[in-house]
Amino acid sequence: MIKIKNISKSFAGKSVIQGISGEFDKGKTNLIIGSSGTGKSVLLKSIVGLINPDEGNVYYDLRNFTEADKEMKAEIRREIGMLFQGGALFDSKNVEKNVMFPLDILTKIPPGEKLERVNFCLKRVGLENVNKKMPSEISGGMKKRVGIARAIVNNPNYLFCDEPNSGLDPQTSILIDDLIGEITHEFDITTIVVTHDMNSVMGIGEKIMFLYKGKKLWEGSSEEIVNSGVEELDDFVFSNKVKQGLKGKV
Amino acid sequence: MKGFGRYMIFLGSLIVRRETFKTYYKLTIDECILIGVKSIALVALVATFIGAVTTVQTAYNMVSPLIPRYIIAQVVREMTVLELAPTIMAIIYAGKVGSSMAGGLGTMRITEQIDALEVMGINSASYLVLPKIVASLMMYPLLVIVAGGCALMGGYIVGTVGDIVTPTDFIYGLRFYFDPYSIIFALIKSFVFAFLISSISSFKGYFTQGGALEVGIATTAAVTTSIIAVLLSDYLLAQLLYVR
Repeated sequence: MIKIKNISKSFAGKSVIQGISGEFDKGKTNLIIGSSGTGKSVLLKSIVGLINPDEGNVYYDLRNFTEADKEMKAEIRREIGMLFQGGALFDSKNVEKNVMFPLDILTKIPPGEKLERVNFCLKRVGLENVNKKMPSEISGGMKKRVGIARAIVNNPNYLFCDEPNSGLDPQTSILIDDLIGEITHEFDITTIVVTHDMNSVMGIGEKIMFLYKGKKLWEGSSEEIVNSGVEELDDFVFSNKVKQGLKGKV
Repeated sequence: MKGFGRYMIFLGSLIVRRETFKTYYKLTIDECILIGVKSIALVALVATFIGAVTTVQTAYNMVSPLIPRYIIAQVVREMTVLELAPTIMAIIYAGKVGSSMAGGLGTMRITEQIDALEVMGINSASYLVLPKIVASLMMYPLLVIVAGGCALMGGYIVGTVGDIVTPTDFIYGLRFYFDPYSIIFALIKSFVFAFLISSISSFKGYFTQGGALEVGIATTAAVTTSIIAVLLSDYLLAQLLYVR
């Protein structure tokens, strides 16, 4: 479980997120949603420690990450897997070496076992026989899947996904969403997904946090989201023409 | 001053929370091949022509019949060892290797590859930059030696083939009043330049923010700042180590 308490962050005097608190449950797909520029990615980066929050604390299973020393932070980070918006695959390494990278750096397991683990993870994300391909030779959807394989190769306790569907077609988006949901349940990990894709919200959102102008405005499940009674959330949920028509009927 | 302070903190971050020796060894060898071996051809080509042109220009400007012809070789030797090999090669090195370092790290930054390393608990600055600096310190002095040799060879070929100076005079001139300290001085300079170019270029690339445009800006800044630092340190080192 990950707990955040009163997280705030400003850039050049401009407040981006203000006093956000909440809990992200283990074994569930936790979503942070909101329009562009509401501070979702800043919140996610504050949670994983890529940005130091101005105020507040982040707890990983009761371990205070924000105030931890460098060794403790490094230890917690070794339990983290993260899927970045563009995949963030290392250009100079092929698919196999990209996925194997965390094992090379963080573990001392023998090469044979590493390769076995890499092949297992690639198979798990539906990629086989692409081991020797370079990132520039595979599609955007495949990059995301390799990114997921790399994120789970080290058996993480926490999985973070930053806009996993950005730049993907609807079918591939659903595939990636399903994969994230399945992996979360299969490995019983705490997953946090930042998204503004309503398909993801309805598809895999088990616990949802809605941000608006840098503040947490609502928290609940995907079943509750359509009847939240929060105007800003309704505007976000029913933000396309078809949904607006549906809302009118509701 | 703020930038200089950030640069010093950046250098400090390279030596804390390091990975295993084996990891750095592999990365350093890769970098040696990338920045050293793959630069030899360019360095040899440029140095050979610089040596050749220096010989021709020196001969052209030596109009007095009282000055012996072997002095041409002595002038070429002094210019090559003291300035052309370490300093001019540093400018070429900054353009080729420095820009590549800044561009590579800048691209890694904007495509979140550096963030990916940090999330894994790796000190990305140390992991990515330290091998580049170590490889530069190992390879650049070797490139300077190659450049010096090629420049003298270029001068010899043009001088003898063009009938500017006889082979015997050229060899005599190369050995005439030779002070071995100038080689040591050139190597000291090459170590300093290697460090400055690799660290400044990495610093500029590592802290790139934005997109492709900013990567281009960082790359340009890396080259210009490195060259200024090289020229400034060249003067300081001449004052410190060569004024007698």
